[in-house]
Amino acid sequence: MTATSRTKARRVPMPEQPPEQRVGNFREVPLGYTLEQAQAEAARCLGCKKAPCREGCPVSVDIPAFVRLIADGRPAEAAACIRQTNCLPAVCGRVCPQETQCEARCVLQRRGESVAIGRLERFAADFEQAADQVYLPTTAASTGKRVAVVGAGPAGLTVAGDLALRGHEVTVFEAFHKAGGVLVYGIPEFRLPKRIVQSEVEYLERLGVRIELNQVVGQSVSVSDLLDSEGYDAVFIGVGAGLPVTMGIPGENLCGIYLANEYLTRVNLMRAYDFPAVDTPVVRGSRVCVIGGGNVAMDAARTARRLGGEQVNVLYRRTMDELPARAEEVHHAQEEGIDFRTLCAPIEYLGDDRGFVRQVRCQVMELGEPDKSGRRRPVPKPGEQILIDADLVIVAIGSGANPLLTRKTPKVALGRYGHIVANEAGATSLPGVWAGGDIVTGSATVILAMGAGRAAAQDIHAYLMEHSNRGAGDTAQPEPAAESAAA
Amino acid sequence: MNAILRKNELAPQIFEFLVSAPQIARKAQPGQFVIVMADEAAERIPLTIADFDREAGTITLVMMVVGASSWKIAQLGTDESLFAVIGPLGHASPVSAGGTVVMVAGGVGTAPVFPIARAFHDQGCKVFTIQGARTGSLLFWSDRLRSVSDELIVTTDDGTAGRKGLVTHPLRELLEQDTARDIRCVYAIGPTPMMRFCALTTQPFAVPTTVSLNSIMVDGTGMCGGCRVEVGGQTRFTCVDGPEFDGHQVDWETLMARQKTYHSHEQCSLQRVPLTAGN
Ligand SMILES: Cc1cc2nc3c(=O)[nH]c(=O)nc-3n(C[C@H](O)[C@H](O)[C@H](O)COP(=O)(O)OP(=O)(O)OC[C@H]3O[C@@H](n4cnc5c(N)ncnc54)[C@H](O)[C@@H]3O)c2cc1C
Ligand SMILES: Cc1cc2nc3c(=O)[nH]c(=O)nc-3n(C[C@H](O)[C@H](O)[C@H](O)COP(=O)(O)OP(=O)(O)OC[C@H]3O[C@@H](n4cnc5c(N)ncnc54)[C@H](O)[C@@H]3O)c2cc1C
Ligand code: SF4
Ligand code: SF4
Ligand code: FES
Repeated sequence: MTATSRTKARRVPMPEQPPEQRVGNFREVPLGYTLEQAQAEAARCLGCKKAPCREGCPVSVDIPAFVRLIADGRPAEAAACIRQTNCLPAVCGRVCPQETQCEARCVLQRRGESVAIGRLERFAADFEQAADQVYLPTTAASTGKRVAVVGAGPAGLTVAGDLALRGHEVTVFEAFHKAGGVLVYGIPEFRLPKRIVQSEVEYLERLGVRIELNQVVGQSVSVSDLLDSEGYDAVFIGVGAGLPVTMGIPGENLCGIYLANEYLTRVNLMRAYDFPAVDTPVVRGSRVCVIGGGNVAMDAARTARRLGGEQVNVLYRRTMDELPARAEEVHHAQEEGIDFRTLCAPIEYLGDDRGFVRQVRCQVMELGEPDKSGRRRPVPKPGEQILIDADLVIVAIGSGANPLLTRKTPKVALGRYGHIVANEAGATSLPGVWAGGDIVTGSATVILAMGAGRAAAQDIHAYLMEHSNRGAGDTAQPEPAAESAAA
Repeated sequence: MNAILRKNELAPQIFEFLVSAPQIARKAQPGQFVIVMADEAAERIPLTIADFDREAGTITLVMMVVGASSWKIAQLGTDESLFAVIGPLGHASPVSAGGTVVMVAGGVGTAPVFPIARAFHDQGCKVFTIQGARTGSLLFWSDRLRSVSDELIVTTDDGTAGRKGLVTHPLRELLEQDTARDIRCVYAIGPTPMMRFCALTTQPFAVPTTVSLNSIMVDGTGMCGGCRVEVGGQTRFTCVDGPEFDGHQVDWETLMARQKTYHSHEQCSLQRVPLTAGN
């Protein structure tokens, strides 16, 4: 291709399950590129020297290099290239908000359509897995140092992988009976098949990482136990932001009203969509209201649609322009027949005599003056209320910092909203303890959690090596950075 | 995987399990619970830690078969394993020295009451215990309760053992006789209606009354919000804020309605298991 034909070539569309078919199953919606499609898409890349796309990626994947390898028909090498900086390529290729990260910076974006970096990343990772060509790097010689990682989400898994590669003995403690964090309990199968997370976890186990499931740190063992009696040299805390936020409006505890974490956990982790073949049930509603406008709300709405929801409404208090969910998710949801009712805020739930929800009373809103974030604040329209029928409600209005571990770890300093205060390298106020991911930043993204894990692993490694030379206790502890921003 | 070292049937459909769980045994305190999964496809269900042996690395669970999940666990025998046991979860009972306490154990509630009664007894408190059941054959651990109580009163609904009647009758009598106001608190653990009526009984006497709520749970770590209850007009999570709450503040209607959320699902599950439910 010549440079002009490259910039003129259109993005290769992603084959997808058609909407009317996919609302009847939990299989993945985008089907993935074939080698030919991937090569055609990869050929669009200009291989820019300065590669602005890389600056948009929080872990600086070498995009021009891996895209080039795909164009040349060498996808397994492309995957190995991505893995140099990103240990979960099959996951990130699927769930990264590329349109605001790598793809937003692509020079072709300005001329129309950026290179489909995420789709190509997914292609390379899937290829490597399908061909059983996962490249297993050799780990460094054992250092004799032991690291405990708390939480097996993207942050913790990244730390574990990076430190295992450097020859440290790593044990991950996970509260649930499966590793993966939000990747297994939150993000639905139709966006991220669980077998992909499973094979990424197996990859880490092959690197020598030990995963101890069913361990609630803070309850069965404390962070100080890990450092003192259990003999770990360093601890990384990556427990996520698992604390659901409630609105505190009347009727919120009626049956059939879920906080999104519970609804998604029942369906994803506990596989309630397969009830009664599995034992965990979930309420199936035909008239569903999902409260909120973020990615979690989209996941909940699309899940409810697949579980028999005939009329699924997303209730959002601002307008479509302010909707925080990714454009692709909103588009998929709309294709699946989900209705968006904007400028609409629930103020009360009404139930029947058995205590099940039947209706949602909503306040009609309008946009007023801009608030601190620059978005126009929704204000109630006096006297305008509506009633919406609902036999299932899912509240997805955000999550805070779960205090279960932190309240048992008083020496680790917390910010105003209970998030752990850590510096850029993840170091907390307690020597020997690092933290990263959602528990530090508040709800963010998979790739940011991984980026934090990577930085922490580097710092932990330096600390461990320094300590093995000089003995414990004489490293200056870095000052924690300012209060986390995202809260 | 946690090995079942011993299993025995204490009463019809009530089973005692001695489970290997060294880390849990090391930290367990009276009032705490675990989440149990029978197998990989099982529900995560909460069960109270009825006893623990830190040296031996074991915990004791007492479970009544009420539905499909408890039935599945009951099918496991000695030398088989539970897929997962997670804990200890929830707050420990705040046990301190001095005065008189009244423990009320209803049905399978005997199991959670025992370690709490023992802890008060070890602190030198005077412990009155009332144990109730529908009928004599459902009583278990009466001797264990007696060993940690200054007095044990047994009641059955049908009079087949102990006094005939409900646990609330001796409870009211104890409170009425307590003119010196020695009774500093009442613990009531058992079926939800029983806890509710105990709380109603103690209310006029203004004696602090602790109940241990059995809401439906998933994670047990405060992440999902499924176990939420209303206490004193506020939404609280049973697994991390409880399971013990002030019985006078609990919104019982909401709790009981929420416990029935999956009623129709349970009927569906029950068709798969040859079970005639206990209660
Ligand atoms: C429904 C949903 C959809 C999302 N969609 C996207 C998306 O499309 N793209 C994207 O980039 N991001 C998405 N996110 C956000 C993203 O998943 C998170 O930012 C990311 O998972 C954070 O990673 P983490 O490692 O910090 O924590 P988590 O993924 O939350 O993992 C924390 C782990 O720690 C465990 N844990 C907690 N407490 C303890 C304890 N005391 N002891 C032991 N273990 C403990 C938890 O069980 C969990 O496994 C979504 C989030 C949700 C909820
Ligand atoms: C913190 C906590 C501690 C608990 N400790 C114990 C314990 O030590 N031993 C024990 O046997 N149970 C205990 N429970 C209750 C136990 O978790 C449930 O009985 C179990 O989840 C039922 O699951 P299932 O699938 O067998 O029955 P389901 O199919 O879920 O329920 C069948 C029927 O039984 C009713 N039911 C549910 N729970 C109870 C109950 N506790 N008593 C009477 N009826 C009930 C339900 O409303 C339903 O109608 C505890 C619960 C909590 C929250
Ligand atoms: S990791 Fe995410 S942001 Fe980075 S290149 Fe891949 S898809 Fe883009
Ligand atoms: S900016 Fe776009 S065209 Fe340039 S190297 Fe990156 S992906 Fe390729
Ligand atoms: S069981 Fe999930 S928050 Fe309590």
